[in-house]
Amino acid sequence: MTQPLLEVQDLHTVFSTKEGWVKAVDGVSFELHPGETLGIVGESGCGKSVTALSIMRLQRPGLIKSGRVMFKGEDLTKATEAEMREVRGREIAMIFQDPMTSLNPVFRTGWQVAEPLRLHHGWNAKKSLTSAINMLGKVGIPSAVDRAEDYPHQFSGGMRQRVMIAMGLTTTPEVLIADEPTTALDVTIQAQILDLLRHVNQEFGTATILITHNLGVVAGMCKRIIVMYAGRIVEAGPTTDVFAHPKHPYTWALLRSIPRLDAERHEPLKPIDGLPPNLVDLPSGCAFHPRCAFKIEKCSRDVPALQRVGDTQLSACWVTQAGTELKGA
Amino acid sequence: MPESAVKPLSRAWTTADPLLEVSDLKVWFSVSSGVLQRVVGHVHAVDGVDLEIKTGETVGLVGESGCGKSTLGRAVIRLLEPTGGKILFKGSDISHLRGERLRALRRDMAMIFQDPYASLDPRQTVGDIVGEPIDVHHLAKGKERQDRIQELLRVVGLNPRFVDRYPHEFSGGQRQRIGIARALAVEPSFIVCDEPISALDVSIQAQIINLLERLQSKFNLTYLFIAHDLSVVKHISNRIAVMYLGKIMEVAGGSQLYRRPRHPYTASLLSAIPIPDPVIELRRERTILQGDVASPINPPSGCRFRTRCPRAQEHCAEEVPPLESYGDEHRAACFYPLD
Repeated sequence: MTQPLLEVQDLHTVFSTKEGWVKAVDGVSFELHPGETLGIVGESGCGKSVTALSIMRLQRPGLIKSGRVMFKGEDLTKATEAEMREVRGREIAMIFQDPMTSLNPVFRTGWQVAEPLRLHHGWNAKKSLTSAINMLGKVGIPSAVDRAEDYPHQFSGGMRQRVMIAMGLTTTPEVLIADEPTTALDVTIQAQILDLLRHVNQEFGTATILITHNLGVVAGMCKRIIVMYAGRIVEAGPTTDVFAHPKHPYTWALLRSIPRLDAERHEPLKPIDGLPPNLVDLPSGCAFHPRCAFKIEKCSRDVPALQRVGDTQLSACWVTQAGTELKGA
Repeated sequence: MPESAVKPLSRAWTTADPLLEVSDLKVWFSVSSGVLQRVVGHVHAVDGVDLEIKTGETVGLVGESGCGKSTLGRAVIRLLEPTGGKILFKGSDISHLRGERLRALRRDMAMIFQDPYASLDPRQTVGDIVGEPIDVHHLAKGKERQDRIQELLRVVGLNPRFVDRYPHEFSGGQRQRIGIARALAVEPSFIVCDEPISALDVSIQAQIINLLERLQSKFNLTYLFIAHDLSVVKHISNRIAVMYLGKIMEVAGGSQLYRRPRHPYTASLLSAIPIPDPVIELRRERTILQGDVASPINPPSGCRFRTRCPRAQEHCAEEVPPLESYGDEHRAACFYPLD
């Protein structure tokens, strides 16, 4: 086994609200290996984005209460702001859902893409711009020399996301965190961007964390996935195994509830009852238990830890940890 | 009771006839510019659409943002006035209805909106929201009105005691149920659902889809279901129409469209949709479309898809391909269709 590139250990990130402390990330641990694409899936409010922001130390107004983010032998949660500025953009780059608001409307695109090079490598304007134009070409922007002169509003949504990816890649970071990179885009454009991310992963060997709510996207992109619910990891493992034999009732129910394009017959969907929990007022025990079809008495009492279930998967579920198979009508 | 909104044209309309018949429908929006706000062009949002919806069926309408699917949905229930073409509803021409007759028509159709946060007035209680169509159309008063509101809430799976609550007290899925109850309040026969689930959490979407299906069989509703998510559309629809830049490219039954798309756009749209199964995803061949959707202000000549089409020939720029039949209610508008 190779040494992990990034190791998140028992991360807790909290937010202060009028109604009390919200545990947005509640004891999350995982590893990212060099060159891999790791998927983090979950619904809104499950803590997947806050996890990513905490890695980058961009979680404010949230507070990292405890835990470590180990990157190249250093704990990023203890790094100074100056050290973090060196890490951000140079070694770990992040792209966001909305390419519209992530670019500055008053600067030319090429100038913005070149910014990490000026900032981190101290390159001059000309040298950094040449490199930026080269990168814009690599991410599939036609006539990059001319387009570098344009402003963000002159680009379409998909093209803007390409610009963001180019900006993230100029300094050849080792880790790319993509937070819902295609959610704001149409499906045909989504396919283009996912294809580009695959290509980037192959060509530059950039390890990627892909955060999404779309199970189809992770199925096609990631070898390994993490499923989050209410601030915790509920299941993790190789994508093929998790999809074929989910070991957590949430994953199991989620996979059954979504309509599939390749479905042969029309059958009523099997929805998950109830609502995603309110983070201010979480259910006792396992946060999923009020919606769970397999719950036993213990589930409302004790929080299950993430443990190995089967050969390759981890699951935080009393029921599957006791050896019960998830089956249903 | 209000008089029937629409008087049949030539002969009596029966449920065996199409509920809605749209022919050569055009909806254009003018684009103005300069100090004098002169009209400098038009957005051809819907540009010559033919579509038929039978009583009791669900027709899905898919396409990418800006293709005109919402505009088409709004035009067929006359929230917009068409620029050209004809809309027959229950056999009568409603394209340019006005005044009292248009109001009466609104009793027979309704709309469910995408954003359950923006489409409910935050200062109205649930009872006011669901009761408003009842009041507007003078359908019930007093106790009868209250009973009716509570019954509507029950039907959509909400607790009838919620009548005095405000929208902010509800989750997205519950708000969408309130929107559905409001749509049902006039007892419509036709409902346009415009992206009714895309703003909801994944685990809630199936609840709303199942509710819409249950209501359809209970009240014999006809749906035009607009969405960009083809998997959802295929699940809920009897037939699917694929739109691109204001025109319908292909219409067919759901599984027919999936198994044997004729139009290259449909094929690439299908191949772009991720399937939540890593084994299938690994084996899939992808046709990734180049470029972006062209501008609807100045759409390409001939076939509008030709600028991105992998099969386009010279001829495609010269002439607009008509919707041709491939049997079994399958129609596609392409000169060089797939086998």
